[in-house]
Amino acid sequence: MELLPDRIGRLHPVRNAFQAFFRLTTASQSDLDCIRRILAGEKQLFHELIRPCEKPIYFLLVSMLKSQADAEDAAQETAIKVYRNLHLFRGDSQFRTWVLSIARNEGLARLRKLGSLREDSLDADTDEQTGDYTPAVLTSWREIPAETLERRELGEMLRQAVEGLPEIYRNVVVLRDIEEMDIRETAAALGISEAAVKVRLHRARALLQRELAPKLKGFAPKRRWFWGRA
Amino acid sequence: MMIDCKHVWDQISAYIDGDLDPSLRAEIDKHLETCEICSAVLDSTRNVVVLMADDRVFELPAGFSQRLHQRLDEEITSNPPQAPTG
Repeated sequence: MELLPDRIGRLHPVRNAFQAFFRLTTASQSDLDCIRRILAGEKQLFHELIRPCEKPIYFLLVSMLKSQADAEDAAQETAIKVYRNLHLFRGDSQFRTWVLSIARNEGLARLRKLGSLREDSLDADTDEQTGDYTPAVLTSWREIPAETLERRELGEMLRQAVEGLPEIYRNVVVLRDIEEMDIRETAAALGISEAAVKVRLHRARALLQRELAPKLKGFAPKRRWFWGRA
Repeated sequence: MMIDCKHVWDQISAYIDGDLDPSLRAEIDKHLETCEICSAVLDSTRNVVVLMADDRVFELPAGFSQRLHQRLDEEITSNPPQAPTG
């Protein structure tokens, strides 16, 4: 078990386990300090506070709105709302989780205005939607290394596959697999249960594997045949 | 308990996330030792997840950050944040 010194420098396993858990679910001390300073008048610090949230805000909104221009406008509006409501942040979640719930509400409000919101599909906590989530059956797999992403068509293929997912699965993939948020934070940001995150993520990954695996095979590095090997 | 391929496929996401109880994980590991299909399904799924997380795949549009902070600057300059309540 990791031992961290408490406030007066003692090592305490039980307290440290509690603190480790607590750190995952509540705002970091540095975020809280930064917010306190902004509210006390150091307004320009807000730029630094919001910077780590820019990417998840934008990609969640692109996933919801399916338009880069609308997502950018909604992301700016989200950042302004976060600034105006900063005094309401209580620190009982990570700051990024709180910001993303504001982004999600902004996205939902815009979808409502466009009349294209299916509340049941977005907010349902259980997934009764049936479908075929059988993966592509393969007999072997050669890893596609990350360096292959230098080829633009590979990135484009991955982006198109994610865009092609049903929205409830896409939102989860964006936060969990692209922004690498944990299950708890993903659930909190999307306003669904952790069980729903796991179900949706499983289905999304199965759909992505089925769509992408046959195409990705073409990107596998060529085998090197050495003299004397068959 | 013997598990079949379908059972393994149902658990692949949780397997990748390390979110399985140890006994089920051990059963799956045992199955993977002899099942080429499930090994390939697992490896390809994990490969897709790793590639998607790469920063080169999903990038912010050019100038996004600059435009965002410019708009924020206008807001920050004209409106101070509200004082904390309670």
